[in-house]
Amino acid sequence: MSHAPTGVMERPSPASPSPKSSLGSRSLPRLAPLGFAVVSVALGVGLSLAAGWESRIQWGMISALFFLAISYVATTVVENQRQAKDRLATSVMWVCFLIAVVPLASLLWTTIVRGAERLDGYFLTHSMAGVLGSEASGGVYHALIGTLEQVGIATVISAPLGLLTAVYLVEYGKGSLARAVTFFVDVMTGIPSIVAGLFILSIMLIANLEPSGLMGALALTILMIPVVVRSTEEMLKLVPNELREASLALGIPKWRTILKVVLPTAIGGITTGVMLAIARIAGETAPIILLVFGSQLINTNPFEGAQSSLPFYIYEQYKIGEAASYDRAWAAALVLIAFVMILNLVARGIARWKAPKTGR
Amino acid sequence: MASTTPIDMPPAPPAPPERAGRPRSTGRAGDKIFLGLSRGSGILLLVIMASIAVFLTYRSVLAISKDEGNFLTTFDWNPAGDPPVFGIAVLLFGTVVSSIIAMVIAVPIAVGIALFISHYAPRKLAAPIAYVVDLLAAVPSIVYGIWGALVLVPYLEGLNLWLDQFFGWTYIFEKTEVGVARSLFTVGILLAIMILPIVTSVSREVFLQVPKMNEEAALALGATRWEVIRLSVLPFGRSGIISASMLGLGRALGETMAVATVLSPNFLISLHLLNPGGGTFAQNIAAKFGEADAFGRDALIASGLVLFVLTLLVNGAARLIIARRKEYSGANA
Amino acid sequence: MAKRIDISGLTAYYGSHKAIEDISMTVEPRSVTAFIGPSGCGKSTFLRTLNRMHEVTPGGRVEGKVLLDDENLYASNVDPVTVRRTVGMVFQRPNPFPTMSIFDNVAAGLRLNGSYRKSELNDVVEKSLRGANLWNEVKDRLNKPGSGLSGGQQQRLCIARAIAVEPQVLLMDEPCSALDPISTLAIEDLIGELKERFTIVIVTHNMQQAARVSDRTAFFNLAAVGKPGKLIEIDETERIFSNPSVQATEDYISGRFG
Repeated sequence: MSHAPTGVMERPSPASPSPKSSLGSRSLPRLAPLGFAVVSVALGVGLSLAAGWESRIQWGMISALFFLAISYVATTVVENQRQAKDRLATSVMWVCFLIAVVPLASLLWTTIVRGAERLDGYFLTHSMAGVLGSEASGGVYHALIGTLEQVGIATVISAPLGLLTAVYLVEYGKGSLARAVTFFVDVMTGIPSIVAGLFILSIMLIANLEPSGLMGALALTILMIPVVVRSTEEMLKLVPNELREASLALGIPKWRTILKVVLPTAIGGITTGVMLAIARIAGETAPIILLVFGSQLINTNPFEGAQSSLPFYIYEQYKIGEAASYDRAWAAALVLIAFVMILNLVARGIARWKAPKTGR
Repeated sequence: MASTTPIDMPPAPPAPPERAGRPRSTGRAGDKIFLGLSRGSGILLLVIMASIAVFLTYRSVLAISKDEGNFLTTFDWNPAGDPPVFGIAVLLFGTVVSSIIAMVIAVPIAVGIALFISHYAPRKLAAPIAYVVDLLAAVPSIVYGIWGALVLVPYLEGLNLWLDQFFGWTYIFEKTEVGVARSLFTVGILLAIMILPIVTSVSREVFLQVPKMNEEAALALGATRWEVIRLSVLPFGRSGIISASMLGLGRALGETMAVATVLSPNFLISLHLLNPGGGTFAQNIAAKFGEADAFGRDALIASGLVLFVLTLLVNGAARLIIARRKEYSGANA
Repeated sequence: MAKRIDISGLTAYYGSHKAIEDISMTVEPRSVTAFIGPSGCGKSTFLRTLNRMHEVTPGGRVEGKVLLDDENLYASNVDPVTVRRTVGMVFQRPNPFPTMSIFDNVAAGLRLNGSYRKSELNDVVEKSLRGANLWNEVKDRLNKPGSGLSGGQQQRLCIARAIAVEPQVLLMDEPCSALDPISTLAIEDLIGELKERFTIVIVTHNMQQAARVSDRTAFFNLAAVGKPGKLIEIDETERIFSNPSVQATEDYISGRFG
């Protein structure tokens, strides 16, 4: 073993410079990447204009390529290969981020700008009764009613069901039944909405039922339950065991412990989960197409007759293909996004507000 | 907006207060009832899952038994014809191809953004970006759909021409038919944009779980930031990335509205990805449903069953990988 | 190979919290210097400023000078990556790369620094593992994952990984606190051998350990919780443990507090 030390030092060291060399090294100024970016965009736009390419997607992509190449070469020359790779990786991350931001920002921007053109009190309070597709009139009221009722029914069914299932999994669940339920909750999470719709449709075909808001709500329930179970499960698991034990040690029966101690502790998180689930199903279109059928009229009865819903309304207006109907589609999309986003924000707000109390 | 208020009323509470109000005898009965209720909900879930499989299969068998074409290989969808002929070949092709395109584009970018958020972005920027990404995952697919059809499609025309011009020799990018960019390729891009948030947020979670000490090990060896990621973050996160991708794939396979609005469907299989045409399971169901009679609906249910099985396989694989990873990191702790 | 470290006026912050204040000392080459002191006195923080790992922590910030043979680690043109290559570190809990084999773990640092021929790598890996007294235990399973070793073996693997890149200085942050007594002894023996080649700085909670392995000992303390940690004194280990010049040191060592 004693020969080892000297041996190690004999190794030729290609990367580390001679022993006396300094720790310091040449490096690019901090703001260099910004400079590269400006140059690259200029080059990209210039080249694209020169070549006569019209799509701005190409402009961006070519600029991005220039950016990657310039920063890699410059770093290799000024610093070294390793730093260049590091810089390249950093640049790639930034480019990835920008590539993703552009379409997503465009989506939100377009929806807000185009949607705001048509969105007003009239739009929110009138249905499409007697309005031709090409007419710049009509509104979204009937669809709003439909969405609220369908989502409401779905929530009334799935929230207790999901909650109880989660309680079972966390508080009682052991053995094969719990494992099976856990597994199939996972499976259910992955069911495409259209398949959920087809399932209810097959029941309708067998039982000879007519399309109605209720049918759509049932399909939404299938999509919502696994989301509620999963999030509630997570929240219940966060409740410290000491709390349960403290309550049980006082001689309080388990079911009361769950109702009085466990659930109240986790209620903030559970509410958040339910609201996020609502936000998710509110945007589902496919099952509505199959099961609710769509209507131009106000139908406040979800148990009988065709209804509309916000996402369905957007699809329907898009398919009409007139300028006026596109306007309505965008306005409805804005309403839908606002609805979903408000739910999300409130839900996350509740989660943040309640978080410290649930502890870890 | 006033529309939020009615929704606040239904959630969680209804069950608890009612139960809690019961007389508090010994509690034995309460325990039994409560256990029964919660176990019952669990069992109900299993029943629902089982009946989904049974009902879909039952209706599918009804349809397929009358199909005069081969259900797997026929390039046609005409259940109303005499004799009825329909097959899923085109749909399977379109579904798989568009999803593959989506994965090829979305996964690397999503991993990039996830790393950007977890390791690169200035700390003050990272949290809001992560938040926005999570919000974007909640944008309804129909909104992506109309955005794709009305905004993205026109923008992609130039790109398509360019791809055709410079990469036409690859065959898949050769555009042999004129027409707007309502192709499987465009659908793939739109699907990529749609699954980006979910893949990003799952990957980011995994990257944030990388033990600090693993990263410090690399740092202390004199690793640059990229080398830390290569040595510590990516190996640890690999299975997480795979399962995130699978979840994204599951979404892409079953996506209905975005495809239905963007694609101009036909019943042909073409590897010229830029040509308009093709179809996917979900899109075909949404498009054909309106004009279908009872038998036609059964035929659509049959195609839906195939989609169901396909997504089950993909999601099952994802779960398996996640489970394996749990064991792995547990053994290591 | 081994270098002297001169620290002057070093202050480190976590965000706005001052963790250590105005520390100056000299660490002699080819010797073992131990840092002792009560929990929270900033000795680990101080250690991490010596290879610029402190600034990796969110909000971590350093003022002052650390001279490695007359070169300031905190000079503006110095790349922290180079610093960390020159000043190796072993952590409190063994942290081999979990997905890598034993061989790859040791070779990881070398591979970062360019391409090596397989035979060269083999040599260095063997020498480093021998240097860490681990070779005989693992030579037949170099391709097995490093996470399959026992805690003590993992820690020696981490030492092998650190010395494979031939640092000038080796920092050890409570390297034995997660290990059983036998593994601890093995590491302490190893430290005795390694000081022939490296400048070693070790943070320890175990005063017997400091007495056993170190040549010089530095005692850190803090006035109160929330106050920054300070260097109380540094001297020959023997002197610190027999006849320290500051009363607080004696109190700490004789177990009257901390």
